Amino acid sequence: MVGRLATVVRRLSLGLGLAASVVAGGVVAIGAANAASEAAQPAKAESKAPIVIGHYGSLTGAEATFGQSTSEGIRLAIKELNASGGIDGRMVELKEYDTKGDPKEANLAVTRLVKSDKVVAVLGEVASGLSLAAAPVCQKAGVPMISPSSTNVRVTKVGDMIFRVCFIDPFQGLACAKFASENLKATKAAMLYDQKAPYSVDLAKEFKKAFEKMGGKVVAEQTYSGGDGDFTAQLTNIAASKPEVLFVPGYYTDVGNIALQVRKLGITCPMLGGDGWDSEQLGKTAGKAIEGSFYSNHYAPDQPDEQVKQFISKYQSAYGGKTPDGLAALGYDAANILFDAMKRAKSTDGKPLRDAIAATKDFKAVTGTITIDQNRDAKKSAVIVEMKGDPLGPKFKARVEP
Amino acid sequence: MAELLQIMVAVVAVGSLYALIALGYTMVYGILKFINFAHSDVFVLGAWVSLVLSVMIISALKLAPGSSPPLWIAPLVLIAAMVVCGLVGFAIERLAYKPLRKAPRLNVLITAIGVSLLLQNVGQLTGFAVAKDDDGKTIATVPFGPSPKRMPSLLPETAAPDPNLAKPLVLIQPVDVFIFVSAIVLMVGLQYLVFRTKFGAAMRAVSFNTETAALMGIRVDRVISVTFVTGAMLAAAAGFMYALKYPGLNQTAHETWVLLGLKAFVAAVVGGIGNVRGAVLGGFLIAFIEFMGMYCFSKYLDPVLHTNMGTNLRDVYVFAMLIFVLLVRPAGILGSQLKEKV
Repeated sequence: MVGRLATVVRRLSLGLGLAASVVAGGVVAIGAANAASEAAQPAKAESKAPIVIGHYGSLTGAEATFGQSTSEGIRLAIKELNASGGIDGRMVELKEYDTKGDPKEANLAVTRLVKSDKVVAVLGEVASGLSLAAAPVCQKAGVPMISPSSTNVRVTKVGDMIFRVCFIDPFQGLACAKFASENLKATKAAMLYDQKAPYSVDLAKEFKKAFEKMGGKVVAEQTYSGGDGDFTAQLTNIAASKPEVLFVPGYYTDVGNIALQVRKLGITCPMLGGDGWDSEQLGKTAGKAIEGSFYSNHYAPDQPDEQVKQFISKYQSAYGGKTPDGLAALGYDAANILFDAMKRAKSTDGKPLRDAIAATKDFKAVTGTITIDQNRDAKKSAVIVEMKGDPLGPKFKARVEP
Repeated sequence: MAELLQIMVAVVAVGSLYALIALGYTMVYGILKFINFAHSDVFVLGAWVSLVLSVMIISALKLAPGSSPPLWIAPLVLIAAMVVCGLVGFAIERLAYKPLRKAPRLNVLITAIGVSLLLQNVGQLTGFAVAKDDDGKTIATVPFGPSPKRMPSLLPETAAPDPNLAKPLVLIQPVDVFIFVSAIVLMVGLQYLVFRTKFGAAMRAVSFNTETAALMGIRVDRVISVTFVTGAMLAAAAGFMYALKYPGLNQTAHETWVLLGLKAFVAAVVGGIGNVRGAVLGGFLIAFIEFMGMYCFSKYLDPVLHTNMGTNLRDVYVFAMLIFVLLVRPAGILGSQLKEKV
């Protein structure tokens, strides 16, 4: 009962947020209102009815900033599209459900999007484990799904309807390993990863493979379960192996606590991680303990590229001066790639839309130039960022090409 | 040797937390013969109330950035969190459990699960702002909202050891000392309350036989209320200490809290549920098994087996211990072994 109450309250506030963003669009507001009333009789006004797309993400829960950032990126893209006339005059409408960071909820959310909301395409999730839980629903229903930021290889292997606009873990692991051995000149690495998250486990595996190929050695391998408070046992073992770099491919919620304990136990080597670190919450939790550590990411806010600068200024004017993280940028890119495909496909049916997404080539996105390859993954470069400065945040350090 | 000592520091700190939570389970069971499943949520509430209070006090003091907060905040927040959770514990007992005093035990058990879900999910609601930073951004809310937050540091931290000097044998943070000392003070206080005061005698009488105790003129309802409040206060203290030691707090409905509460419950069962000293013993024992299991397995067994699952199995050690104790001494280590007549 209470759970339901909470959901209702959340949905209410979401609805208000949606309404507010629509009103902000000015002219769009009238269009959307018309479209909403016409949606009741789709047969009569097929051409002007809005195109409904879905997004499922962790708007609450442990990794809440993942879903919220992605949602903000997607909404920004939709607002821009609708302001410039939509797709052949049809506005795009967003249906959004919360996964609370739970695979069961993710599956349920996508089932609702596909079955009852009849969306033409689905965007989401960030966490690979949740994308894996929901992707089969899209595949079976023949609705294209684009994950903005699930890097685990298995996600797009679910079927030919599943795409992503981010790089994949083998590349991310390689980028981290390359950075560790070339820039940090490390030969001994320790790993600490979340045994419950497919993202974390596979990224650790890929890092190890690449790092050992480059002549390095993984001297300690330890695991934890997401949400654990105490890492003394693991870190004592790691300290004993005297690593030169500590690879922690976890999510930011755990990495904050880990970093604090790493420094308290006297381990001084830099920490290195994946895009799961990307949240403003990380700097807030870990503070000084995370300074001078690195992670691979999809873009850096201080990157000297023109698209990045434009995106940041648009995002900041839309969301009160907030600096977008990588997930917001990927949400924005995923939505834009979908719109680009819709324009080319001239149809919102699953099959032609799928083919159009698959044919995406050299799309100039915020997170780099994106080409969808035959595995439905995006080919693009990664950046390594360093946590430093005041306020503490990610700063561009190096770029790794595929 | 140094590593083993470092692990023992963690065992003592985490064991103190388990013991404090286990005391609440065991006291309520001792008197009402039912498992208060909402107890671990009171612990979580304690952690979050501590976080909100600390943020409020620190932002009200307008400290210069970078300066550490004055030392008196820690005990003040501890006491305030205990009072808040004590009141919540009182309300839970009055509103949820007391009306069911004569109902079958299963009903109360299910109500406890309901109360647990209520606390978890209300805690996740987007709340009202109670503290803002200099830029007018909200930094603390009540209820606590759906995302993790950071507890400010209230105690000084020993600086990280200089890598150029010889490594110290063991690193003890002030927070570890604080946890151990305050846990011991609270446990000794509880011992005194239960075994040396008139009210403690009343508690033990109610636990022994409720009806007879009532006939002897003991106000049973009041004893039960005080028991709940005491348990909730101990849980709040544990929550405060947890937040100090592991400052990145997960939101109230995170699964990790359930597991933590479950381990504290296992501690109560292992020690002998209903037995106050048993709960303390169980708490430290569970922490010992958990950390030693992780340490020894990954140090001695993993290299031999060519695996790295030593730390993977941390919960397995705890629950294997539970099964072992239940097989050998079903009533727990210090529990009274009752022979049932058939």
